Parts: sequence; C-alpha cells; structure tokens
Amino acid sequence: MAAQPNPLSTGRPVYVVDGARSPFLRARNKPGPFYASDLSFQAGRALLYRQPFSAEAFDQVIMGCVMGAPHEVNIARIVALRLGCGDKVPAWTVQRNCASGLQALDCAAQDIASGRSELVLAGGAEAMSHAPLLFGSGMAAWLGAFSAARKPVDKLKAALAFRPAYLKPVIGLLCGLTDHFVGLNMGQTAEILAHRFNISREAMDAYAVRSHQRLAKAAEQGYLDEIETLYDADGKYYDADDGCRPDSSLEKLAKLRPAFERPFGKVTAGNSAQITDGAAWLILASEDAVEKYKLPVIGRICDSQWAGVDPAQMGLGPVHAMAPILARNGYDSGDIDFWEINEAFAAQVLACLQAWQSEDYCTRELGLEKAFTPIDESRLNVDGGGVSLGHPVGASGARIVLHVLKVLQRENAQRGIATLCIGGGQGGAMLVERVA
Amino acid sequence: MDNKTDKPDLYTEVDDDNIAWLHFDKQGSSANVLSADLLERLYEILLEITDRKPRGLVILSDKPNGFIAGADVREFTRLENRDQALDAIQRGQAVFDRLAALPFPTVALIHGFCLGGGLELSLACRYRIARDDRGTRLGLPEVRLGIHPGFGGTVRLVPLVGALHAMDLMLSGRTVDGRAAKRMGIVDHALPERHLRTAARSLILDPPAPHKPTRLQALTNHAWVRPVLARVFERQVAKKAVREHYPAPWAIIDLWRQYADSERDMMHAEAESVARLIVGPTAQNLIRVFLLQEQLKALGNHPDYHPKRVHVVGAGIMGGDIAAWCAFKGMQVTLQDQSPERIAPAVKRAYQLFKRRLRRTRPIQEAMDRLMPDPDGLGVERADVVIEAIFEDADAKRQLYEQLEPRMRPEAILATNTSSIPLGELRSVLKNPARLVGLHFFNPVAKMQLVEIVRDEVTDADVALRATTFARRIDRLPLPVTSTPGFLVNRILMPYLLEAVELESEGVPAADIDRQAIRFGMPMGPIELADAVGLDICLHVAENLGEHFNVEVPQRLRELVNRGYLGRKSGQGFYTYKKGKAVKPAIPKTQHSSDEIIDRMILRMLNEVVACLREKVVEKADYLDGGMVYGTGFAPFRGGPLHYIEDVGADTLYQRLNELEQRAGIRFKPDPGWKDVAGFASSETTMSE
Repeated sequence: MAAQPNPLSTGRPVYVVDGARSPFLRARNKPGPFYASDLSFQAGRALLYRQPFSAEAFDQVIMGCVMGAPHEVNIARIVALRLGCGDKVPAWTVQRNCASGLQALDCAAQDIASGRSELVLAGGAEAMSHAPLLFGSGMAAWLGAFSAARKPVDKLKAALAFRPAYLKPVIGLLCGLTDHFVGLNMGQTAEILAHRFNISREAMDAYAVRSHQRLAKAAEQGYLDEIETLYDADGKYYDADDGCRPDSSLEKLAKLRPAFERPFGKVTAGNSAQITDGAAWLILASEDAVEKYKLPVIGRICDSQWAGVDPAQMGLGPVHAMAPILARNGYDSGDIDFWEINEAFAAQVLACLQAWQSEDYCTRELGLEKAFTPIDESRLNVDGGGVSLGHPVGASGARIVLHVLKVLQRENAQRGIATLCIGGGQGGAMLVERVA
Repeated sequence: MDNKTDKPDLYTEVDDDNIAWLHFDKQGSSANVLSADLLERLYEILLEITDRKPRGLVILSDKPNGFIAGADVREFTRLENRDQALDAIQRGQAVFDRLAALPFPTVALIHGFCLGGGLELSLACRYRIARDDRGTRLGLPEVRLGIHPGFGGTVRLVPLVGALHAMDLMLSGRTVDGRAAKRMGIVDHALPERHLRTAARSLILDPPAPHKPTRLQALTNHAWVRPVLARVFERQVAKKAVREHYPAPWAIIDLWRQYADSERDMMHAEAESVARLIVGPTAQNLIRVFLLQEQLKALGNHPDYHPKRVHVVGAGIMGGDIAAWCAFKGMQVTLQDQSPERIAPAVKRAYQLFKRRLRRTRPIQEAMDRLMPDPDGLGVERADVVIEAIFEDADAKRQLYEQLEPRMRPEAILATNTSSIPLGELRSVLKNPARLVGLHFFNPVAKMQLVEIVRDEVTDADVALRATTFARRIDRLPLPVTSTPGFLVNRILMPYLLEAVELESEGVPAADIDRQAIRFGMPMGPIELADAVGLDICLHVAENLGEHFNVEVPQRLRELVNRGYLGRKSGQGFYTYKKGKAVKPAIPKTQHSSDEIIDRMILRMLNEVVACLREKVVEKADYLDGGMVYGTGFAPFRGGPLHYIEDVGADTLYQRLNELEQRAGIRFKPDPGWKDVAGFASSETTMSE
C-alpha cells in the first residue's frame, strides 16, 4: 500500500468545540414529521444558541445529504439561512452516499487545516422517510410531448400515446439503496460478506440484540446528551431515538424472514440498520477561533482517509479506510481507545472485525505485512449503532464522530476512530483525540 | 419647486414622453393624508396639468410607507353641523370628479397604505397599479369610524368589481394586499417595485380598455337583483352590528339599493349620508376611540429602543401565546418551561396562529423558526426583554427572578405578566429593583390589543418607557397603570362580572343577562366571559381584589368552582359547552326588568371607573376610556365609560347608584370621586342626603 501523507497533520490543528444532533426517528411507512432541513435546523438552532459567538461568525456551513426533498437543493444553504448565518456565510452540500456527513466534516477540517477557514459548522441530515416516489422516464417523455403539442389534434394524439405503465412509481429509496453498477441492493452485499466470512444468522442476531441493549443503557444513563429535542406543529416533541427495542431478543429476531434474499438469506430487517430520519452537527474551529471566542474544546480531528473497494463487498470499506490511518500513525488496535464502525448491517460489522484480524485479508487485500490485533468489542459501538438507532445516510458520519468524542470525554480516554462503509464500494474513516 | 427648503405637498414632473407624474409628499407628516387644504391644492394642480395637455397622468407618493392613508380624521372632529360636513364632502367629490373627467389616461401607482380617501382617489383614475408586497394594503375602512366612503367610493367601486367584492370591502372595512386587489379587479396590475413605472408608462402610451366587471359581477348591480342581494348583505351585517348602534353599514346597503342606477344621484346621496353620519353620536364616538388609540400608541415612543430578542418563562396559555405573538411580530423568541412536554402544546398553538394569520408556507416557517422552545433557558443571556408568565405565586416568582437576574444583560427589561401581585412584593430579591415592570397581557393575546404597563414609584422611568415602546414594537396598545390591585382593566371588569353572577343567583337566566349586556354594546355577555376566562381564575382575581376593595364574592361562584365547574375549559360553567360552544337555553319571561339588569351591572362598573380615576390608576381620563374600550371591548360606539357617564350625566348615574345602595346593598355605594367627574352638577337633590 502506497504511503499517503496525512493531510491533517501538516496543517493547522482542527478542533471540535461542540456538537448536537436530533433524535433519530424511525420511518413508519409514511413521511415523518420533519424534512431534512427541519431536522438540521432544529438541532442546529439550540446548538448555536449556547455558543458565545453569533451565527454570522461562521466562515462556512457544510452539510452532507444524499436525497434532499425537491425544495432542498443545496440544503446546507437553506439551513444556514434559517439558522441566521446571514447572506454572507457561504454554504454547500456534499454527497458521498452513506458517508456524506463524514465528508462534510472532512471538507471543513481540510479548510481549517489549510488556513482557509477559522470556524465552520459541519454535519449532515437525511429524512429517509421523505425519499421521493418518482415517475419513470417514459412518463417524463410523454408529459413533455403532451405539453409541447399546440394544436388540439396534436394534443389529442399526444394524449393517446399515454400508457398506464407510465404511472408505475420508481421508489427513490430502493433506487438509492441499490448499487447501479453491480445490480445488487445493499442487503445483498451484506449477504455476500456473510457468506465470505461464514457469519451465521445467530451471530448477526446476537450482534443486533447487543446493539439495542447498549443504546437502551446509554439512554438510561443519560449518555446521549448530544440530542436536542425536536418539536412539531402538532404539539408533539421528540427527545429520544425511537428505533430502540430494549426488549429485543434472539428468539424474537429469529422469527423474522430474510429481507433481501428469500428464502435462504440471513440478513433480516432486525439485523440491519433501520430506515431513519436524523441530523447531526459539529462546530469545528481553528486555534485562533478557539482563543478569540474562548471556546471549550472537546477534541481534535487528527486524520482522515477515504478508500475504494469492490462495490459488491462495500461493507468492508471501513477496513480499507482505517488501515492506512493506523499504519501511517504507527498504531495498532490497542492504541485506539474507542471505535465507531457504523452499523449498516450486523453482518457487515462482523465481517470487518474478521477481515481486520485476518492475516490473509490484511496481506492480500491491504498489502500489509501482518494482520491487526483484534478489535476489543467492548470498545466498539459502545452505545449502540445503526441497527438500534438507525442510519440516516447523510447524518451518520457526523453522528459517529460526535459520539466517539463524547465517549472519549466520558471515559477519560485519548483516541477514537469513526468509520463507515459506503454504498458503491468505499470506506471513510476519521481519527480523533480528546483534548484535555 | 425651485425652492428646496420649502418643499410642496404636491408637485408635478413631465417626462420626455409628455407624461405628467404627480407626486404626493405631504410635508411635516409621515403619511399622505387628504386634508381639506391638500384637496384644494390638488384641484388647482389638476387644472394646471390639463392646460399642459400631457399624454397621461400618473399619481404616486414619495412616502416610503404608502400612497395615501385616507382623509384627515382630526378634521372630522371639528365639523360643527351637518351642513358644514356636507359642504366639505361635496368639495372633495368635486376634486375627484375633476380627476375622473380628465381627457387623457390616468394611473394611480399604489404602494403601501392606500386607504379610504386614498383608494377613492385611485378609483377616480382610469387605471390602478399596486405593488405586490405584503405591506401594500388597499381598503375602505371608513365603516370602522362610523361613516362610509364619501368621495365617490360607494359610487365607483360597485360598478368596477360588482357588488359582492365591493360590499365585502366597504361593509367589513378590511384591507387587502395588491394581489388580492388584482384578483378582485380593483387594480389592473399587481407588480413588484421594479416593474411599476414601466407598467404605468405602458398603460398611458398604449391605453387598453378600462377594467370591466365580469358579466356575473355586473349582474349583481341590476335593479332586479339588488333588493334580493341587499337583504343578504343586511342579514350578514346584522350578525355583527345593530342598526341603532352602528348605522353606517346599513346606510351603505341602502345607498346602493336605491341609487345604483344613477351615478349623479348616488354621488349626491352618498354625500348626504356621510354628512348625516359623521356628525352623529356613533361616528363621533368611534372617531374619539380611534384618536384615543392614537394617543396610547404615541406613548411607546422611545426613539432608540429596538428590542430583538425576547425570553418568556412559563409556557402556559398566557406565556405560550405571548411568545407566539412576539415571534409573529418578528422578535427572536425563546420560550422556557420545566420540560419539553410543557412547551410542546404552546408550539402547536403558535403554529395555529401563524397558519391562520400568515397562510403561506414560507412566512409560517419563518415565524416558527423565530420561536425556540428552550427548556434549558439558553435565551436569558441574550434577551432584551425577559417576560415572566408563570403561575400566580409570589414566592415562585421571586425565586425565579433570583435565578434570572444575574444571567440577564444589565440593560434588559424584566417584566412580569402577573395580573394580581403588586410589583413591590416581587422585587425584593432583585439587585436592581428598579428594573421590574409589569407587562399585563390579556387572554387571548392575539385578539386583545391592550397591554397594561404596570409600574410604581420604584420602577425606573426609562424602563417603563422602554416597556411601553416594546408593546408598540409588537403592535400592542400600551396602557401605563399604577401597580395597584387588579390594575385597571380587571379591577373595573370584576364588579361587573360579579354583579352578573349575583343576578344569575337571584334567578335571572344567564342567557338573559348576556343578551342585555350585548344589547348595551359589550362584545360578549359577562356570564359567557366569566366562563371563557375560567371560573377558578375569576374567583382567584375576585378574592384577591376582595382583600383590597369593597368586593363581596358571590357564593354561587365558589359553589361552581368547588363542584369543578370551571367554565368553557372544563365543559361546564354557568353554561354547558359542546365543542367549545355554549349551549344557551331559551330565555323565559322574568320579573326583572331589562333596565334593572343592565343598570346594576354597568353602574357597578362605572362606580369602579370613577374610583380608578380618583386614585389616578391611569394618568389621564382619556387613557381610561381607551383602556376600557381596547381591554374589555366596552361598547366602542359609546366612546368609553367616562364619555358615557358624561353623555348620560354624572348626576343621574350618581342618583341611581344611591337608589340601588338603599335597595340592593352597600356594594352600590357611590365612590367619593363622583363629585369630581366632569358634568357633575352639585345640585340640591344629589347633595341632600
């Protein structure tokens, strides 16, 4: 593996001074109460209110979002304006599928490291329950021809060309979760990993149960103070992740049918990430900004890495993204105190853990001399993950970076890593450290 | 025009296309109002312009806030008799007739306020163009002053857009924005600022046929249709205004029914009708009330005070609705309570208010974005105004102030919405006791314009002025009052409510009591009002006032509260409520005469009015009248309670109080202040006791 420089080690230090997220709200077979812009606005409004600087002080706002609603083109700008950042703060939206939120942080960190920005609001949002139903191109062509026809005769002719099949909707969410290149949906790529690494249905379900239990415990202990309560126009409020099932058990999960490859598949709705709406924000600052506004620093972004893998095995992306970071910093697994590997699928996380410690995988696929030591599962996703609280694709990357920093703080630990697999065959990872 | 220092109210420019542009810019006034002088000058200018033979005339305003805000209301009060009024109106009509008869195209270029005489002027033009922003308001609000359009408005609007739209505007007095006016057909174009002049020029250089109503609209004015439609309009008006109290809307319908076939006759009849109305008691009293409102508005005049952030503590009905109102009026608001659960219902009510008032998605969202639920109280540090609206408990309030004060900016105002606790009892914990002021809103906040500004001798005068100005900034009507129990409005209202309860417990049917009060001119009967406020709250206020004043709390009220009958909110009070509406049984015949019912209620109210005047709860008698009209809806056509006393005669009322005291008890004992009330003649009979 070619040695890459760490872009964040050569520039100015990048600090994380605060962060917040919305509760993650499970989609319930209908559009949820909030659009992506509402989720990120409400989470950001409370976050900004507790800062000593005004919203206009940001140099830029960057957001990750995969599928904004039609009225949310460049959603970052919309939210920045709603947050009161003013006309003069530029804002842009990034998209790297499941890691869009991480991409936003990476862009913000690079700009601070390079001296371009001092203070950046970065994060991501996704309202997956609002994913659109689309008409196919047949419908679009017919509609175009119909409205272009001028004379009544032409109009009638155009009208007659209509076929009922045009009305068949294209479900945006399914489209988005299907790899166009290899023609597999994300669940199928998890099935491939389960097969390759010989991961049993029981192992997946056990992992899922643990994820729910961990999230339930974290909520109970008050570890999730990063959540800002959301309020809707109907007088309801949302102050907790609602996908958590503390009573989940192996027996219950065993009853579920395979979701993607019936009848013999192993990946079920119960051991996959939930379809969820959510948003997360971090405030990134340079040393100058920290001093100028006397900001409390919760951590530092030290390193980041993107990697490409076979689209059919996209779930292994985290391994490929984390390996170079550890290699160039001279770390082994023991040097990382806490890990957040986004749970797209239980099978996919388990596959990553196996590949990480596999001599064969590390030498052949990563070009390393030997395997990493195994990741201590008691330090991995300690407060649950995508399986229990959901994976709003634009937001997850920002959430796990924020959360690993919160865990480091709580546990008085030093170093953490947050990483995601990315539909389409990529991985992204970010190394952070607590600043005491 | 060459003399820059002495700018004219009206001036004309002629451009290269030979189009004359007539600018309204009344000097020494923020808005253009059509005073008699200005109309006179307009007539002369129109003659001058005609001599120049331009291709067309555009009339526009140089005032940023609008086109023409209407006639000069102050001049109305100087009219001594009907003939004088008729003369003034007919002179105005002549000016607009001159404008309507010009032999070239004329365009009114409208932005901002275009009301009353302003809209009538534009109706005398051949074309009208309105700016399409929210601030542009067109309307004929004369009916709210007890009159109706007099410069040809009733004559010209009906044939232009048909009777339905025209009557809607004239009878309600409501205003519409440019786009709505375009839909109705009042204006030819509703356009953004950038196209206004181009459009005006185009209408003159290439004049289209003037706007015509649709065939259906035109049919509404047909001689056979009018009598039928008139009855429909009358039925609608009857729901809101009794003919003997508010004759103006009825006069509009009469005019149209009788004269719509002949422009000349209608013009003449319009002038006669307005002249008759304008010197009548209703118009004079409504104009008085309007001027009282202007007086109160002018109190909030701190020039450099522009608060932006408001923090409200307490998300109950009052606190929540105050927060919503502030956000609606453009403030950045944080709303604090102990948990999200308590704040969420206030967010819902706020949304309903915004939806009702703003209609369009974007403005609703902007208002919602300005209202932040704030269980952690993050908003305190940045707030310009902190409003406490928690439950009525002095200890709890003091405890809260102790936490709030050190976190507040030094110049921020601390305001309490208490309705009963004197400031003196609350401020003991403050490091700067002079900063505490009362901002007493009324329920429902969005409907009740009045806010009592409560201050006492300790309250810093500048704080009081800023609180008053804050009330104006959120478009409420400030009424400065002393920090005495019940302040002004509740103190005066309570004896009236309690007397109503007393009457009810004597066997007068509740519905009869309410009907009598409405007949007197109150917006809602006292029994229904008590139910709406909540009987527990009434009892609380009554007991509180009872400690200080001569107020007995009727047993009946205690009984109902003990039984859990709390009024509308509990579904049962004096009335039973179904879907929030009172079920009123038919009124049986009683031995109580209606005079007696209304006398007992109103006299107790008036007696308290006199007491408040004597104790100087407000600085001026006029403020008291304004406060009662805007705080309780006291029959506006009567011009306020003190004005009513003057009208009926202080002597007469004093005597009736004496009689009632003999007959019904000490609670009618006339206040010593009666002797100082204007019009009280110390005649032998009243002083003989």
